[in-house]
Amino acid sequence: MGILLNKESRIMVQGITGKEGSFHATTGIEYGTNVVAGVTPGKGGQKFNDTVPIFNTVSEAKEATNPNVSLIFVPPAFAPDAICEAASNEIPLIICITEGIPVNDMVGTIRYVQSKPVRLIGPNCPGAINPTDRCKVGIMPGAIHKPGNVGVVSRSGTLTYEAVHQLTSLGIGQSSCVGIGGDPIIGTNYIDILNLYEDDPDTDIIVFIGEIGGTMEQEAAEHIKHNINKPVCSLIVGATAPAGKRMGHAGAIITGSTATAASKVAALKDAGCHIIPTPADIGDVVAKVLSHN
Amino acid sequence: MKLHEYQTKQIFRNYQLNVPNSVLITEPKELDHALATIGEKCVLKCQVHAGGRGKAGGVKLVSTLTEAKAYVSDMLMSNLVTHQTDDAGVPVTSILVEELTDIKTELYLAITLDRNNQCPTILASKAGGMEIEEVAESNPDDIIYENINPSVGLQPFQIRNLITKLEIPKDSSSEFSYLINALVKMFYDIDASLLEINPLVITNDLKVIALDGKVNIEDDAMFRHNDLLTLRDRSQEDQLEAEATDLGIAYVNLSGNVGCLVNGAGLAMATLDVTNQAGASPANFLDVGGGADIEKVAKAVSIILSDPKVTKVLVNIFGGILRCDIAADGIVSAYERTKSQLPLVVRMLGTNVDEGQQILKTSGLNVTFAETLSEAALAISTLQDN
Repeated sequence: MGILLNKESRIMVQGITGKEGSFHATTGIEYGTNVVAGVTPGKGGQKFNDTVPIFNTVSEAKEATNPNVSLIFVPPAFAPDAICEAASNEIPLIICITEGIPVNDMVGTIRYVQSKPVRLIGPNCPGAINPTDRCKVGIMPGAIHKPGNVGVVSRSGTLTYEAVHQLTSLGIGQSSCVGIGGDPIIGTNYIDILNLYEDDPDTDIIVFIGEIGGTMEQEAAEHIKHNINKPVCSLIVGATAPAGKRMGHAGAIITGSTATAASKVAALKDAGCHIIPTPADIGDVVAKVLSHN
Repeated sequence: MKLHEYQTKQIFRNYQLNVPNSVLITEPKELDHALATIGEKCVLKCQVHAGGRGKAGGVKLVSTLTEAKAYVSDMLMSNLVTHQTDDAGVPVTSILVEELTDIKTELYLAITLDRNNQCPTILASKAGGMEIEEVAESNPDDIIYENINPSVGLQPFQIRNLITKLEIPKDSSSEFSYLINALVKMFYDIDASLLEINPLVITNDLKVIALDGKVNIEDDAMFRHNDLLTLRDRSQEDQLEAEATDLGIAYVNLSGNVGCLVNGAGLAMATLDVTNQAGASPANFLDVGGGADIEKVAKAVSIILSDPKVTKVLVNIFGGILRCDIAADGIVSAYERTKSQLPLVVRMLGTNVDEGQQILKTSGLNVTFAETLSEAALAISTLQDN
């Protein structure tokens, strides 16, 4: 089964004619994803790759193709508008890949999204994938994934691929993988994804990857302690980051003692998580926990 | 992007907020004129992008021209080391000459993002002059928060809360209310990520004055603030970091000797962590980004190679959007341009990995290949320096 995406997922790509949008719409389709529509204002009536109809508005795309997932590749200045357009049309799952949206724009956008019956993942995220149902909604390389029973959740892109690669190399497959995004304001937090994995019959073990900045990992740890019964293997990166410097992600900055890697690892240990000591040990720790279950 | 105190105060003036009269000097010979305008009894404040300035001797009360001259000749064009800088410190390229302010009460006031509540928040405390991090550690209950809901904006009752809790005198409250509303407007207008006044002062004649001012502007919003770009002071930035910023590369200078080239922020942090754990010491964080082309990779590698403390280079590329052959071409190109002989450990995975490795193998560069992250970390820690 997996989480968020399945065989019934019908994907609409906002920004499908842009460089990134067209590239990843194509790799998604090649992977097996059901891309039913594209949206690019001013290009309505055309077809993407001679097959996917393009519309000027989400409203028209919804009317004609009934998508239930939107994947957004719109540049930062226009992405909040694209998110609101998808939310206004009540597309149940909105995944925004765009990096670099000004925080002050997201403050209002997130309130609007929360007022609608939709879920936003991202922005500044790699998206989500369900290898069993061959549904890839994001920028991850599909080929490294393998169907299985490990649910992966992380903030970042390439580090998630690293985790998946280590698992697949050991023959361990994934039920789903989700990157929730590296920005300070994001639509879906770790707790939401942990709950989905807890309820997913195909997920037996969870890999939870966090990083420095904010306190989202501590809140997740508190939640794991009381509400998550499946084993959680956790890794925090950024132990060597200096305070006050932004480590690539807008949110990855140490601004106080709680934002450090050590504080987060301590909280996860206290919550009973299996601590992954270094980023090179993700596969090994999961294999060990699986063999004991 | 950080602003200096004098720049922040100029913006405060544009919003009709009270700040002390001042003159900025960048050369010792401008001091006479400045003192003639401000008075010989004044405060000299070094303009640097670093906190802890006062404790480090960056602020000086003087009462004669001779005293002022001695201080300026000591400080101007020297480096100021504070607890927030490295051992080299940051250069003092200008000094603000400011009139004395008659202080009754000192307060702390700031606006910044509250990540948990997903909105900007006002932070205030009666412990003006203290660093807010210290207050948060020792007396967290002394900090007052008022969240700004984006749907309705800051409400008057929230300002009344601040006035009550900060014990603002009745005759200062209308100036205080004006200040809060103006600061909130300014926060949005310039896309600040931090706006801080420490201390905010109430004078004996009950005026509300911003005695200091600190602003960080959000980097992701700079695309709509071309007017503010001229306020950037590169002298305050690490020179390699400034170069990387210009190229759109996420780069942080660290203290070790292993230059690191990685794609993706999370993987870059992970690469630093494993390198460290293997006993080697990273010279930098570098995320070249997903959509990089050969030229951007080459420039990123050139920044690494131009860092004098780098003796060896670790490359960790997970090819997705960024193909391994593009990364390899960029690396080779940078080595050719800089004529560098530094050895590399290369770990590549994903799209076009065979082509990428082939390019490096035939390049004549001193490359050791690694399959996994742990192999790469081990290889770089045991690799002989050049």
